[in-house]
Amino acid sequence: MSVKYLDGKVPEGPLKDKWNKHKFDSKLVNPSNKRKFKVLIVGTGLGGGAAAATLSELGYEVESFTISDSARRAHSIAAQGGINAAKNYPNDGDSIWRLFYDTIKGGDYRSREANVYRLAEVSNNIIDQCVAQGVPFAREYGGVLSNRSFGGAQVSRTFYARGQTGQQLLLGAYSAMMKQVNKGKLKIHTRMEMLDVVIVDGVARGIICRNLITGKISRHWGDAVILASGGYGNVYYLSTNAMASNASAAWRAHKKGAYFANPCFTQIHPTCIPVHGANQSKLTLMSESLRNDGRVWVPKNKDEKRAPNDIPEEDRDYYLERIYPSFGNLVPRDVASRNAKNQCDVGKGVGNTKLAVYLDFRDAIKRDGREAIEAKYGNLFEMYERINDENPYIVPMKIYPAVHYTMGGLWVDYNLESNLKGLFVLGEANFSDHGANRLGASALMQGLADGYFVIPYTIGRHFAEGVSKVDTNHPAFDEAEKTSKEKLDKLLNIQGTKTVDYFHKKLGQVMWDNVGMARNEQGLRKAIEEIPKIREEFWKDVKVTGDFDNLNMELEKANRVADFLEIGELMARDALMRPESCGGHFRDESQTDENEAKRDDENYTHVAAWEFTGVGKEPIRNIEELKFENVKLTQRSYK
Amino acid sequence: MSDIGLMNLKLKIWRQKNMTTKGKMVDYKLDGVSPDSSFLEMIDQLNEELVTKGEDPVAFDHDCREGICGMCSLMINGMAHGPESETTTCQLHMRKYKDGDTIVIEPWRARPMPVQKDLVVDRTAFDDIMVAGGFVDINVGSAPDANGLPIGKGNAELSMDAASCIGCAACVAACPNASAMLFVSAKVSQFALLPQGEVEKDQRVLNMVTKMDELGFGNCTNAAECEASCPKGIDISNIARMNREYLAASIKAH
Ligand SMILES: Cc1cc2nc3c(=O)[nH]c(=O)nc-3n(C[C@H](O)[C@H](O)[C@H](O)COP(=O)(O)OP(=O)(O)OC[C@H]3O[C@@H](n4cnc5c(N)ncnc54)[C@H](O)[C@@H]3O)c2cc1C
Ligand code: FES
Repeated sequence: MSVKYLDGKVPEGPLKDKWNKHKFDSKLVNPSNKRKFKVLIVGTGLGGGAAAATLSELGYEVESFTISDSARRAHSIAAQGGINAAKNYPNDGDSIWRLFYDTIKGGDYRSREANVYRLAEVSNNIIDQCVAQGVPFAREYGGVLSNRSFGGAQVSRTFYARGQTGQQLLLGAYSAMMKQVNKGKLKIHTRMEMLDVVIVDGVARGIICRNLITGKISRHWGDAVILASGGYGNVYYLSTNAMASNASAAWRAHKKGAYFANPCFTQIHPTCIPVHGANQSKLTLMSESLRNDGRVWVPKNKDEKRAPNDIPEEDRDYYLERIYPSFGNLVPRDVASRNAKNQCDVGKGVGNTKLAVYLDFRDAIKRDGREAIEAKYGNLFEMYERINDENPYIVPMKIYPAVHYTMGGLWVDYNLESNLKGLFVLGEANFSDHGANRLGASALMQGLADGYFVIPYTIGRHFAEGVSKVDTNHPAFDEAEKTSKEKLDKLLNIQGTKTVDYFHKKLGQVMWDNVGMARNEQGLRKAIEEIPKIREEFWKDVKVTGDFDNLNMELEKANRVADFLEIGELMARDALMRPESCGGHFRDESQTDENEAKRDDENYTHVAAWEFTGVGKEPIRNIEELKFENVKLTQRSYK
Repeated sequence: MSDIGLMNLKLKIWRQKNMTTKGKMVDYKLDGVSPDSSFLEMIDQLNEELVTKGEDPVAFDHDCREGICGMCSLMINGMAHGPESETTTCQLHMRKYKDGDTIVIEPWRARPMPVQKDLVVDRTAFDDIMVAGGFVDINVGSAPDANGLPIGKGNAELSMDAASCIGCAACVAACPNASAMLFVSAKVSQFALLPQGEVEKDQRVLNMVTKMDELGFGNCTNAAECEASCPKGIDISNIARMNREYLAASIKAH
């Protein structure tokens, strides 16, 4: 059980030439040979959808799988804000280098330089591609594309389509998939859930699936398997992720030997609609652009009983403006989130639950007029009112942070290949480009970069090395099918007394309290102790109704929660073993004098890539050292 | 009322085990519903009770719960997505109801979209229509610079309006003829309004309309129920645009 030092397989040469050189050095697969290779893609979000379209265009035989009823839907659809690219259309000083630099710095120096540079490099191609597909990005009167500044960036590099950027980009990828289906080059399996990956001699050779309507289990072989199954934010029960977002595909691969990198790196978004009560099922994000004009405050007095508009100026604490005079309300997501929590922790929270802070537009409306505010945020205000039944033009909004994105994921090298050969991981499911914190509008960029522009080149290397043919009668398929089936049967047979949601909520609370916005040794040890207990209780006392052979959403949920109950523990272990603070990972023990995240570059400038050793057994923490040859590591300061 | 502000409701819900079994309406009582809950959270609450009693919970589609993925459906008291205009079922809140109300909940009903279980229907017909022509035939890697093709703001905005369709199929469910014209015309319009869609525009509209008819969707008789039920406010003028496009393309094809 010794620690391995992993090689990210970053190509030699100057940063700017690496990707071009790598593409050139990669052996090509002869066009007439491509159709002999079959690629299985799990997920039809931005990462998987883009990959499916592109690989099938190249001539590979591609099959896609999604738990949704159509490839037009995936969690990606919910992205509101926009997508970054280094086009520099506004001529405001952006460049590939600046986007690269901002992403590395934003990730608090915990990502791989070469990957991030490549991401910035291909970002411009994404915009070209999407426009060609007919994605209706916002435009100026002159007909050119419109850009805005997002998430505190000093340049306007974000492209957007009203508040529906994710939907429009996904529909672009979906239409590209439909085109390939039309040509008979792509097969899409909807309402099909991957239950396991099949590994033969350390190489990914296929997957096991369940048809969610009929319950039928099926085997699928491929010359390569791509996972683009999204992030694991729903481990917290409440998050801004779609209800079906889950960790299972990635986690099953992990249990089959794929390393899981930096699982504790999660992002908590500061501007979400607060929890209303015990029946809350998910949290709604409000675009952070609201912080451009809204002022965040809490009452100075803990026992404040007055309505917000009756609280005079001298009794309000605009704490972000007070603590961070130069950035004010526009501090990065993690700083804004943590400070909201701090205010609520000392009892200054507002609303019934006392778990909210005000976001007030009074002054902006006074300054610019209601019309101007309506033009900018009308749809968001409407959404807020629909959910909260309060008019934010008159009464300040109430907001609270919520889990939003997971930077951690399956470990991949520069080729986006995991440590298991032939198993590639794209989009939020991999750990690669955002380090310890992701910049706004960069997830869409990364998913599409991976799918449209990276995997088409790097997957060829795998095929060019030669893969032997395996069919679905191989014993590894028997074994994977058997264990998947047994697990589902077991869930159905427990017939305990508590619902799946009961356990999910319980796990979520432990995660939120101990592996949430601020973490410390004591809390993390508590989580590592508590989670296995919940898991044990789950496997003894969960009640799953319905049967195997029909649509059974309780069974689906139970199967996913079973995995959350394992990954949650790994997240806590990872957080414990990283005693530094960096990006979204804040350890109370590691703060600067100004209470900011304090990194420990000497000891932790590395990726932790966890190796599975068995449920409830201590996993192995493998390491990939991160080398910074092009940027200098600096300490963030927003004062 | 049981508790301050909490409501007690009577629910009548369509229950159907699978595609081959006949379904029926079943009555439920649900107490203690918070007005702050969303409509789907209300059904979650019912389902928690059912599971605890060992009964099969009500299956319904949902994912984003933010009104954007188009997964949720439901005919609520005979209205697709319920009573509130431009609001999906997942964005509907229980404060629109009052203590003692009876709520009837049924699935979308249209022959090309059969019920798979309870409130879940099969909407793959929409994918089939998209496969027939809902795309621009361009491969990755060959795109010119995005600003090489300026597009006037007017058409760009109209195209975006049409592109807002979330593919939920409320339009089909609301239409007395189960017509899919609003859905298809929104897609045809999105591309017809953009220069990128120009080259294939005749073939696209012919293929998509032919597919729609082939799948058994009904004709449009201008009832406009589709527009009224659309949670994204897709304008019925898209149908007129599609009819023009279709006519022009048919004439050229002859
Ligand atoms: C509310 C919200 C707003 C956001 N806004 C922005 C933004 O403005 N800009 C930005 O850049 N990012 C944004 N993000 C983040 C971004 O949307 C996501 O990180 C990104 O879309 C993830 O894409 P993906 O392709 O990796 O995964 P997903 O879109 O999550 O897709 C996962 C796919 O995998 C499938 N799947 C999962 N498990 C299985 C299985 N076992 N078997 C079969 N199929 C499976 C699913 O069906 C789905 O098709 C936002 C996120 C949220 C929650
Ligand atoms: S659940 Fe996504 S639109 Fe309603």
